Amino acid sequence: MAKKGEWVRIHKIILKAEERTGKLPADTQKVPLEMWTKGYLLADAEIGDEVEIESVNGRRETGTLIEEEPYYTHDYGKCVPELLAIDKQVREIVFGGGK
Amino acid sequence: MAKLPQDYDSVMARKNEVMNAALSIDYSQFESGSMAFDYEKMMRETGYSLEEMQDIQYSVNVGNTPILELKNLTALARSCAPEGKGARIFIKDEASNPSGSFKARRAANAVYHAKKLGYKGVIAATSGNYGAAVASQAAIAGLKCIIVQECYDSKGVGQPEIVEKARKCEALGAEVVQLTVGPELFYKFILLLEETGYFNASLYTPFGIAGVETLGYEISMQFREKYGKDPDVVVCTNAGGGNLTGTARGLQKAGALDTKVIGASIDLTGLHMASDEAFNLKSCTTGHTGFGVPYAVDPDHSDVPRSAARPLRYMDRYVTITQGDVFYITECLATLEGLEKGPAGNTSLAAAFALAQELDQDQMIVVQETEYTGAGKHVQPQLSFAKDNGIEVRLGDPADEVPGKSVIIPSHPSLIKVKDMDLDRQKKSLIKGNLRKYGTDLTEEDYQYLCEETRKDMDWVKAAVEELKAAL
Repeated sequence: MAKKGEWVRIHKIILKAEERTGKLPADTQKVPLEMWTKGYLLADAEIGDEVEIESVNGRRETGTLIEEEPYYTHDYGKCVPELLAIDKQVREIVFGGGK
Repeated sequence: MAKLPQDYDSVMARKNEVMNAALSIDYSQFESGSMAFDYEKMMRETGYSLEEMQDIQYSVNVGNTPILELKNLTALARSCAPEGKGARIFIKDEASNPSGSFKARRAANAVYHAKKLGYKGVIAATSGNYGAAVASQAAIAGLKCIIVQECYDSKGVGQPEIVEKARKCEALGAEVVQLTVGPELFYKFILLLEETGYFNASLYTPFGIAGVETLGYEISMQFREKYGKDPDVVVCTNAGGGNLTGTARGLQKAGALDTKVIGASIDLTGLHMASDEAFNLKSCTTGHTGFGVPYAVDPDHSDVPRSAARPLRYMDRYVTITQGDVFYITECLATLEGLEKGPAGNTSLAAAFALAQELDQDQMIVVQETEYTGAGKHVQPQLSFAKDNGIEVRLGDPADEVPGKSVIIPSHPSLIKVKDMDLDRQKKSLIKGNLRKYGTDLTEEDYQYLCEETRKDMDWVKAAVEELKAAL
């Protein structure tokens, strides 16, 4: 249960596939235009409920509740050995002698 | 007041009205009634003077960024160059602006203008560094801010670089509205402008572009002070065209008329920018040909009626570089120069690395930007993401790279080469677009306008028009 006043993330379909404009590539034409945004929950709700939120600017937006207290998880990725190879090579060219 | 209809067609029908209210610029005063419009008048009457812009920017800690000489990278370029070749390579460290990129210059002016006109907030449609720049400036000015991003594919997978930019915008107090792929982002953008009455802090307004003039001007002043002359070449990463346009105008205002301005974009030929499936096959999200070419040949398809970014008026050359080249150079910058920067800003550095090898050793080539780096927006996560999306990442010859299928990291720095784009072809494409839009019955003023748009003489333009008319 997400409480009123909690910081949440919502999801919404802005345009259904059939409502999209004609100048799109076929793969985009067959999927909807979706939106995600965040704000304070205006009434208690469960994940998956249709809810209304108030953004940091005080703007109201509706959508499906998908996340409570959302946070970022993007990171620095996995090891990329090709980058290590560059380091070794260019230091050798510029400074030489295995320095 | 009854709520206006929110469906796509109704909203788009109100587009012009909403845009006028959100910009407070009457573009019709610059129109001739046919193809031509008075670009310089627009820049003069709705922009700011260079001095005013400097005052605005310096008052919010934007600009006056240092020029750094990259001696080790220059040494590496010389090791690949013919005898006596290999110009000195410099960067202007724009990452040291408050929001971490040169976009702070554009945002400082836009936000200043919005506040002056009494708007309560600003909105910008951008997946790039401009979002953080507007958020940062809005924070300083005490204005509200909404950033609208194209961020995810239909599976809900976000480009790590764009996700990081969303984080930064939120950290700076902005509301971020994220969308899946598609040009109808503009529809949501119009709805938000209408709902809030905020200012459209477009990237393409006269004040936004004029905000970059200080960058070109500073380069000239800094070089004259430290090295006694203007640089020989300035390389600008080219996407929407504003970076190059503003920088070139600033160089001209400084009187640096012999400095060549070269545009550089990452080659993403073959990837459709509005394709849901191709969205996450890109390993860079800006500074590429997917923006660079369409905005150069048709500047006015942006989010304002007449764009102030018109790169074909200013470019001496336009070159491409590969994704693999840009990642390689970004790594070199860290390992040889001790500078960790975001890859997108290094598009022009990768080009400069190759271009320096065409120039003499006593010549100077400047890359006019760097950008901040962080989780997601960094060589390692961007290459990891490429691998996760089935892109082949390997060492080899970048000439073999196929955008959307492979990222080939040069196995040796000598493999980094620029490819020249055919500027005449792009200029003809610009003329063709104008003939399609405004008809083939041109006035003398229209011909003159096309000369300015293409930086060509009247004979060339007239011949091109005749050739294109026949083909239409």
